[in-house]
Amino acid sequence: MSPFLTDPLLIAIATPLALALAIALGLTKRWSVRLAYGAFSVPFLAALHVWWHYAAAPKMGGYAFLTRYSTGLDGLGIGLKLGLNGISLPLFVMAGIVGLAAGLYALQSQAERLKIYVMLLLIMQGGLMGVFASVDVFYIYFFHELALIPTFIMVGIWGGRDRSYAAMKMTIYLTVGAMISLVGLIALYVKSGAHTFDLIALRAHLAAHPLSATLQHNIFGLLMFGFGILVSLWPLHTWAPLGYGAAPSANAMLHAGVLKKFGLYGLIQVAGPLLPAGAWHWAQPLAWVAVLGNILIVGLVTIAQRDLKQMIGYSSVMHMGYAFLGIAAGSALGVGGVVMMMVAHGLSVALLFMLATSIYHRTQSFAMDEMGGLAQPAPVLAACFVAATFASIGLPGFANFWGELMVFIALWKFAPLVTILAVSGVVISAIYGLRSIARIFFGPATEQMRAVAAKHPPVDLRWSEKAPVLILLAALLFIGFWPKSMSQAINETLATMSFREPAAPTQALPR
Amino acid sequence: MNLEAVKLAAANNVWSAIFPEMMLGCIALLLLVLEMLLPPKHHEVIPDVAAAGLFGTLIGLVINWHPIWIGSETFNGLIRHTEAGQVMRGFFLTSALLVCLLARLTLRRQAMPRIEFYHIVLVVTAAMMLLAQSNHFVMLFVALETLTIGLYILVSYFRTSTASLEAGLKYLLMGALSSGMLLFGIVLLYGVAGNPALPAQSTQPLHYPELARFLAANPHHFLASLGIVFILAGVAFKIGAFPFQIWVPDVYQGAPTPVTAFLAVASKGAGFAVLLALCGAHGVFSAYAWLTTPILTAMAAATILFGNIAALTQHNVKRLIGLSGVSHAGFLILGVVASQTVPMAVGAIYFYLFAYLIASFAVFGVMSHLAGADDSDQELEHYSGLAKDSPFLATVLAVGLGSLAGIPPLAGFMGKLFVLMAAFQSGARWPLAIAALGVVISIYYYFGWIKAAFFETWTPPSESGGAPARPARTSVAPSAGLLLGALALASIALGFYQGPWGEWLARP
Repeated sequence: MSPFLTDPLLIAIATPLALALAIALGLTKRWSVRLAYGAFSVPFLAALHVWWHYAAAPKMGGYAFLTRYSTGLDGLGIGLKLGLNGISLPLFVMAGIVGLAAGLYALQSQAERLKIYVMLLLIMQGGLMGVFASVDVFYIYFFHELALIPTFIMVGIWGGRDRSYAAMKMTIYLTVGAMISLVGLIALYVKSGAHTFDLIALRAHLAAHPLSATLQHNIFGLLMFGFGILVSLWPLHTWAPLGYGAAPSANAMLHAGVLKKFGLYGLIQVAGPLLPAGAWHWAQPLAWVAVLGNILIVGLVTIAQRDLKQMIGYSSVMHMGYAFLGIAAGSALGVGGVVMMMVAHGLSVALLFMLATSIYHRTQSFAMDEMGGLAQPAPVLAACFVAATFASIGLPGFANFWGELMVFIALWKFAPLVTILAVSGVVISAIYGLRSIARIFFGPATEQMRAVAAKHPPVDLRWSEKAPVLILLAALLFIGFWPKSMSQAINETLATMSFREPAAPTQALPR
Repeated sequence: MNLEAVKLAAANNVWSAIFPEMMLGCIALLLLVLEMLLPPKHHEVIPDVAAAGLFGTLIGLVINWHPIWIGSETFNGLIRHTEAGQVMRGFFLTSALLVCLLARLTLRRQAMPRIEFYHIVLVVTAAMMLLAQSNHFVMLFVALETLTIGLYILVSYFRTSTASLEAGLKYLLMGALSSGMLLFGIVLLYGVAGNPALPAQSTQPLHYPELARFLAANPHHFLASLGIVFILAGVAFKIGAFPFQIWVPDVYQGAPTPVTAFLAVASKGAGFAVLLALCGAHGVFSAYAWLTTPILTAMAAATILFGNIAALTQHNVKRLIGLSGVSHAGFLILGVVASQTVPMAVGAIYFYLFAYLIASFAVFGVMSHLAGADDSDQELEHYSGLAKDSPFLATVLAVGLGSLAGIPPLAGFMGKLFVLMAAFQSGARWPLAIAALGVVISIYYYFGWIKAAFFETWTPPSESGGAPARPARTSVAPSAGLLLGALALASIALGFYQGPWGEWLARP
């Protein structure tokens, strides 16, 4: 056990939470904002630190940087056990990057009651780092909920149109999802007979004594629906576009970018490896729901959107369909692809939400019909938005490309027909992506746009906006051009896990 | 009875074993004496004496946590001292202390005699402490009646308010009915267990171990089952479980806010102490688990559903918290059912009770600050804009309600989690599903309350054109602020770190 103060994972979790507590206890606004820059940077630096040192770090049970802190529940097999394996490392790094970008963006925004805004965002950040740093399933869930609560309050107070309705709807949907998955996790805890939530011990125990097929089907089903609601699995996705449409931008960045990945993370890290027979049982239905519902239906719905933020919200629901497909495919290649895609999608969707707000500041509207010609006064904004859209579509050079490619290859072996339908979904994303670029930035300005521009001439991105954009774009391109920086760790971990299709995972990922 | 027998019986009276209870009785008398001796302008100090006395007793209890009497019976088997009894003593002392502190806020607004209030709270607390340790139905009944009669007075304490009087009358009638049912059940058991024709009949059939021995020897006796059902019904009245929850909303609304808190927390806790002693793993009725388990399981499920669904439509926050308390009772009954087979369920119940105590008093504290001259008129609309006017109160409210709703990382979540884990281990699947559903429903009204306090809504201008029709907001005194802040922090801290509590809970 490393000493308390040198554990990078604990520092990454505790720093934002400690500052949030200090703000709650009455820190002045000036100091809150100043210290918040630090509190958002510390998890980022810790993430870079562990990314750099992961390969060389000694590993135990597949986890590096393993530490354990007792909270008094050892008798129940619950303890704050922190560590990173190849699946959680990329997400931990992504959470650090997106958190810094969202934090910088929030701190320079002129939000009302900025102190509480920053405090809630810090709680969210601490929770997010905790989700991916925990080895104990209980704490994965616990930190997810911790990060979830600020969302409700932020949507309700700082949200846009329909915020009260959106906040209530989100709360109820997400509580349903969380309760179903909690029951699933308790079932796993009790029925495994291991009486521990420690993932390493659970894995070892279930490898030696697998559960019966029926139990696996039932528990995996609970987890799949519970986590599925949290990741906006069709047809339980309606909270997502509504909530993201209403959420303030920093909150939408963190929620859509990072927090929503919790459900997929739970399926990959917990449900899939522990319940392989259950995963196999549900693979076909899951694949069909994902491809028909999330990709095709929601994809067509996305095309029909006129509101920029709604469109991004729907497109993020659609991209979750690809992630479900990778999980359904189940091989190391498919799951590895999902991890890559989660990282890439987190970065790109956060970027899109942020740029959407920047566009709003210049057009005073989210309706794409009322924009046009914004590329001339704001070329840098246009370039960044184009790059973000390309990344989201999955063009080579951006991190998203590798994830989608791996998912498609893995899927071909599993269900060729589904693959064909899924690939056609890429065309859908290209349609709405390119069309939104054309409407917002090119062509003549609409009348409404001219009226707004006459009052407030649009300016290009300011440095306070550029900094978070550049952080996110740099990360997308870095991983896009050097996927090995992530995939090596993913590969090593997936090689040790038993997936349904144990075929040669060593050559699975691009090297 | 000859002198020798009396001496023999008295030899078993260990008065120092019930020192905390006697202490409370003495302080209660002291308050009355002080009222007579002190000039009226110094009467302000008397509530402080009550609070200090409770606090001192609590400290004394904690220092002397493991007295030598643990595990033994005193007073000829009337009382049995257990670790669980110590926990419940601490629970009642803490809630009485908090009630006294809340009462200072609420009573200030009313032109009412004040000293008697604290006097009765102390007496009732002593009765609850004895109730939690009783080992004999006579002890149980005497303690229960002392407690209930005290509460009759407290509920109708604001005697100029019709709502308070109505609540008092309703509570009196319902309470008398439930006491009657309890007594009827006790009498049936007494008669059956004293029947010389039956195996293992006893000359002391009201003594818990004797009765348990008799019930184990006659596991399917009809009259005994009937008595058990009556006793369960009587206890269900006290904890407000379905179908005996009917008095809850009216009484909770009409009673003065501190008394509502006392009813919601301490009185409910007392009911569960009794229920655990009767229906727990080594309880008196454990031989009749075939009867109690299905009754309690169905009761738990119905209570959770009824409490949550009925709370959905409430606009008065006192009614709302009363009905949400009904659903909490359902969760706790689920824990009692689980405790028959799963050892950790007992610890889960105590943890839940303490988490409920901390969260409830945080909420009641905020309610006391927002209440106006009419204590029963506390509507959800009165909370609009609270986050702007007093961010501190709004935050405390949000933490308290979040903990009651069972949102991580607050203590209430851990309590719910432990109970759900225990219920799953005991194999109660469908009540578990209902409990999960109940949590989702409860989110709607708890969140609606938070929404009322935090989210800005448009309110129509009132007739007079001036301020909106709600009681004027008073500022938070530093001492009250400290208390509420401590309660909110305790809810958060207990969610993150359970420490010795967790170890006690998880002990094999």
